[in-house]
Amino acid sequence: MNVFDIIGPVMIGPSSSHTAGAVRLGRVAWKILEEKAVWADIRLSGSFAQTYRGHGTDKALIAGIMGMHSYDERIRRSLSLADEEGLAYSFTAEDIPGAHPNTARIHLKGEQGAECVVQGASIGGGNILVTQINGMEVSFTGQYNTLMVLHYDRPGTIAAVTNFMAYSGTNIGNFRLTRPKKGGEAVMTIEVDGDVEETLIQSLRILPNIINVVLIRAI
Amino acid sequence: MLDYDSIAAICEAAEEKQLSISALVLSDQAEQMEISEDELYEHMRESLHVMQEAVKEGKNPKLRSTSGLTGGDAAMVEAYAGTGGITGTFLNHAMARALAVSEYNAAMGKIVASPTAGSCGILPGTVVSMLEEGRCDEHAAVMALFTAGAIGMVIARNASIAGAQGGCQAECGSASAMAAAALVDLAGGTPGQAAHACAMAIKNQLGLVCDPVAGLVEIPCIKRNVSGIAIAFTSAEMALAGVESKIPVDECVLAMRQVGDMLPCSLKETSQAGLASTPTGIRLKKQVFGEG
Ligand code: SF4
Repeated sequence: MNVFDIIGPVMIGPSSSHTAGAVRLGRVAWKILEEKAVWADIRLSGSFAQTYRGHGTDKALIAGIMGMHSYDERIRRSLSLADEEGLAYSFTAEDIPGAHPNTARIHLKGEQGAECVVQGASIGGGNILVTQINGMEVSFTGQYNTLMVLHYDRPGTIAAVTNFMAYSGTNIGNFRLTRPKKGGEAVMTIEVDGDVEETLIQSLRILPNIINVVLIRAI
Repeated sequence: MLDYDSIAAICEAAEEKQLSISALVLSDQAEQMEISEDELYEHMRESLHVMQEAVKEGKNPKLRSTSGLTGGDAAMVEAYAGTGGITGTFLNHAMARALAVSEYNAAMGKIVASPTAGSCGILPGTVVSMLEEGRCDEHAAVMALFTAGAIGMVIARNASIAGAQGGCQAECGSASAMAAAALVDLAGGTPGQAAHACAMAIKNQLGLVCDPVAGLVEIPCIKRNVSGIAIAFTSAEMALAGVESKIPVDECVLAMRQVGDMLPCSLKETSQAGLASTPTGIRLKKQVFGEG
């Protein structure tokens, strides 16, 4: 905790969890898509579903999906900006069982055909927790630079990735592996201290059994 | 380095080094965050500017919140402030500033959460007022925000600054306590007096519940920012006059935590009781969100 956790953040109101946190959730989804979104299907659960209009949660999520930060004054106009820029969107209330009260599931399609489904919750004070990507359980906050390594569950794959990172001097702050089933597709969520060089990502991508590597910079 | 687990310890450290709380905290935070004091100061100065901008924008008489429930009161109080009202122009203008920032927040304006969005009008209502009413220069106002921040860090650590956890005493109460200490610092009081002001502000809001109508950060939040500055000013005045809190400040913070823990869930941001569950509160909720 530092003084700017108290005198801050600078944000667009009215609510750190329903507005600022929602922008960050949208932004994470946009980062994972890695291109401009043209279609968004957003499911809102719990308190998000009940109060999203009054808090501007809809505007906040769309602003994030368009790449804005939680202090961007265009958030207020984001829905009309989305219309102008050709982003089609819809919001539906849906009860997501067992989810945190402020949960959103964001399904995006990009202009080059990329697609992703990101689920996460706004957990208070503008902080978020991303809990699912493309149906796979993950857990990261977006506070640190985070590497998502999608790979085939084969012996030695994790060691190869972490060795490479050690080699490049990148310190791992948090590591999590999710594997829906043995031998299938799996995902490593790696939060790192400091910066991640583009060359590291390129080198990781060409390792055996790696499907894709995405860097989600701290938001 | 400071631990921010005791307000008394911060005051003692400041008195020992013969520094103001703000100067001590600026140098300590620069060390902890590994950035220069200049950079840290500049960052805080930008936050002060965001507050000032919000004060200005929030006084627009046409301003309305996203829900349509609130807006325009700051403009009304600002117009009235010129008459001097009962307590004089200073306090009335300060009230208008607190309202302006809170209403601007509800209208999706840009604000500094301090410590939260719901209580974002209290530091502007106090510290920006001192600056804009010619009671201090910009440097002193920026520094006062470091004092406020330090108090907030201790409260966050030993109690809470979230309405969902501690009720509104944790949001508007904390902001008011932070502002009281900052005002004493600004007015040239001692660190000990800042601690007493802080204690008195906490005591005056102990038990305040969080019961927002329709779950929105508007009713009663906006007007609680005004009572928050009134308590901050009166606590600071008492401390500067030499009045001491009989209960030491860190014990007041612990009392706030205990009271917050004992408050039922229904009075901690869930909108199940208090003003939110009054007939009018329920009617306003339906007005905004429909019957469902
Ligand atoms: S009533 Fe609740 S939501 Fe409103 S300012 Fe107080 S703590 Fe925040």
